[in-house]
Amino acid sequence: MAKLQVGVVSPEREIWSGAADMVIAKTVDGEIGIMPNHAPVLGVLVEGGVLRVKRDSESDLVAAVHGGFISVADNEVSILAEAAELGSEVDVARAKDALERAQASIEANQDDADAQIEAKRNRARLRAAGEDV
Amino acid sequence: MGAQLRLLRRRIKSVKSTAKITRAQELIASSRIVKAQQRMQAAVPYEREITRAVTGVVSNTSTVSHPLTVAKEQPRRAGVLIVTSDSGFCGGFNANILREAEALAGLLRGKGIEPTPFVTGRKGVTWHSFRHREMGGQWTGFSRRPAYADAKAIADTLIEAFTEENGIDEIHIVSTEFVSMLTQEVVVKRILPLVVEETTEAPPTPLPYFEFEPTAGAVLDSLLPRYIESRIFTALLQSAASEEAARRRAMKSATDNANELIRVFTMQMNQARQAEITQEISEIVGGANALADAAAGKE
Repeated sequence: MAKLQVGVVSPEREIWSGAADMVIAKTVDGEIGIMPNHAPVLGVLVEGGVLRVKRDSESDLVAAVHGGFISVADNEVSILAEAAELGSEVDVARAKDALERAQASIEANQDDADAQIEAKRNRARLRAAGEDV
Repeated sequence: MGAQLRLLRRRIKSVKSTAKITRAQELIASSRIVKAQQRMQAAVPYEREITRAVTGVVSNTSTVSHPLTVAKEQPRRAGVLIVTSDSGFCGGFNANILREAEALAGLLRGKGIEPTPFVTGRKGVTWHSFRHREMGGQWTGFSRRPAYADAKAIADTLIEAFTEENGIDEIHIVSTEFVSMLTQEVVVKRILPLVVEETTEAPPTPLPYFEFEPTAGAVLDSLLPRYIESRIFTALLQSAASEEAARRRAMKSATDNANELIRVFTMQMNQARQAEITQEISEIVGGANALADAAAGKE
């Protein structure tokens, strides 16, 4: 079966690239699963989403992806994230800390948009790291 | 010790300490170029992918028009983003950019467009404020190590100025492109209204027909600002690398000049010292002769 060539890039560096069987990402319309020979798609990713790349031999690659796009064409999948982090790179303790702080400021002020984004991002980071949130 | 000799010794000492400083600056710049180049390389994949995505969208959604891609029929005002450095000691780096920016401003005025400068880098900002020129925006403090957030802040200001009523109708960017260690070129590009820049490699086949998630308009809405951010970020990174390369070259020629000066002064100093010794000897000999003559005369 054909394989997908996947690249996860952020403006400052290339985060990961390699072959995969399936890519699952969360766009503003909902989750989207890409398998080989998928029709060309260009989608907008949500803030604080979790990207899952399935590979047959190894365990899944999980990354927290904040904003950006997914573009699929000719079995090439590019994830253009404004910021992204592999699950294995996440500092769990710090992410938990940041999440608690963000939640505290949301409780204090319901309309704190920055804190809500911050909470979303950290929740995604924790999920990517395999924590239950 | 003669006055001239003392003077030369003092000058040699001062030139030597200058040479030490410029040499250190040169070495620092050399190591920074490498890091700046690595950052430039790291940003390449993102820029390539986003350019491809934008080309894909624009090429198969000719029906979708977006405020950022539509050129006004009679542009009145233009924003010029001028990328300069924060610190000096880099030869003609900033002078070249500012000269090019002035040329562009003259060109725009000739077409009846009023340019507004947007400046990054302390050198460019001082240049403009010294001449009491009004700036549309100014950013400093990151010319050596730009972060994506800096590019985003600049892009936000520019896009806002572009989309607002009676704002600017065009955005140009004047920056230095890093061609190689030895060559850096000042380039002027128009970034808005958008002309999608093709990547160096020609697209192999006609681009596929994309499906959009959720809609083409929504994708464009969020894709175009990212593309502009990426373009600005690349310009900042290129400029950072060029700045270090220009600094290295300027410091190298300063060190070479200092060494040449030291050589000339040392020679002059040796000559002066030798002349002094010769004079002293001839004075002693003359004195001794005079004494001997006087003694001979007595006898």
